[in-house]
Amino acid sequence: MPYPPKLQSVIDMFAMFDPHDRTNMLLSYSDQFREVPPEVASRPFDQSHQIPQCESDAYAWAMKQPDGTLKLHFAVENPSGVSARALAAILDKTLSGLPPEEIGQVDSSIVEKLFRQNISMGKGMGLMSMVEAVRSLARAAAQPDQSRR
Amino acid sequence: MTDIASRGYTHPEVLVSTDWVEQHLNDPSVRLIESNEDTLLYSSGHIPGAVHVDWTSDLNDQIRRDYITREGFEALMSRIGATKDTTVVFYGDKNNWWACYAFWVFQLFGHTNAKVMDGGRVKWQKESRPLTRDVPTYAPTTYVAEDRSDKRHRAFREEVLQHVESKGQLVDVRSPEEYAGTRMHMPDYPNEGALRGGHIPGAKSIPWAKAINPDDGTFKTADELKKLYCEENQLKPNQPTIAYCRIGERSSHSWFALKYLLGFENVRNYDGSWTEWGNLVNVPIEK
Repeated sequence: MPYPPKLQSVIDMFAMFDPHDRTNMLLSYSDQFREVPPEVASRPFDQSHQIPQCESDAYAWAMKQPDGTLKLHFAVENPSGVSARALAAILDKTLSGLPPEEIGQVDSSIVEKLFRQNISMGKGMGLMSMVEAVRSLARAAAQPDQSRR
Repeated sequence: MTDIASRGYTHPEVLVSTDWVEQHLNDPSVRLIESNEDTLLYSSGHIPGAVHVDWTSDLNDQIRRDYITREGFEALMSRIGATKDTTVVFYGDKNNWWACYAFWVFQLFGHTNAKVMDGGRVKWQKESRPLTRDVPTYAPTTYVAEDRSDKRHRAFREEVLQHVESKGQLVDVRSPEEYAGTRMHMPDYPNEGALRGGHIPGAKSIPWAKAINPDDGTFKTADELKKLYCEENQLKPNQPTIAYCRIGERSSHSWFALKYLLGFENVRNYDGSWTEWGNLVNVPIEK
């Protein structure tokens, strides 16, 4: 199953980078991270949106838009959650605006493709869990009467 | 948290506070060293002037399961611009877990002029102290190291086996589930390949993180540590002690607490740990 075009483009870009440039690009995405707006969720965040296994204490939301596509939102509570913020920004920029059925096809193999040597032992599981959480939210949103998760 | 000097440690001089570090940011005799598990963290922002020492690429031999040689250590010290007189101060993520690991490796080469910043990276950040992405450069030094001496601080499997047979003190610092053998890896971490679960016979289960205050990552007081290690688990400071975990990183944190904060006279870190013991043929295991 091919990745959505924007996501594939980012993966292709990362594949061309050496480790130093990949690190800088991940930091750049981390800097672009924007937290979930208060009209969608505010603290204390609903625990049902917490991403399991993520040591960065991350949360995810998928809001259905009038055109039927999804807008992804994230929160990362751990101030050291640089990797989680980077992945959240990438997922938002490449998957928001797509129909839930398409987002639901994205699998966690993208984590290795994006992070490579920057996956530490503890991070990999949490980052893959973040992708799985988005996938679950998208699949739930694809069901009838699941306009808001 | 109380002042370090008032906490009753045997060697309080090995810990420095975040205040101390901020006061010494421009001290040329001090080299700050950040060591993390997360490889992105240093690049995302570090204490001004701090260098990065990565536990895999800087401290481990790149072929054998071992640590760098004397020549490798000399090259590392030259790269970070340190001399024998330089006070190296380690800090990092995960409550200084990796900082203590780097500290321990430095002790194999006898660089005793070393300290750990209490509370590590998280405390520095919570206190909104300065971080920068500027990577410092220091003039290379000529550092003549002594040969690596494993005997003082490191235990190997045959020594551990003898220690078990003589009913020596062992501390298993992994999670209770790993100790019990119901889990083969740290919670939320991948399984990195031990064929058997359980613990080394006679080992006391004292998870490493019990030594720190979860709010700010600082070490608990000597009285609290004594209660944990010596009263609740009956460890005796004058008896030879070996700590282990999965590959020897979490246990270097406990090694630090036992040796320097509680003054255990003979404590070593078994870095082969469970990834070695749980794969060895015909060694005793308890569940």
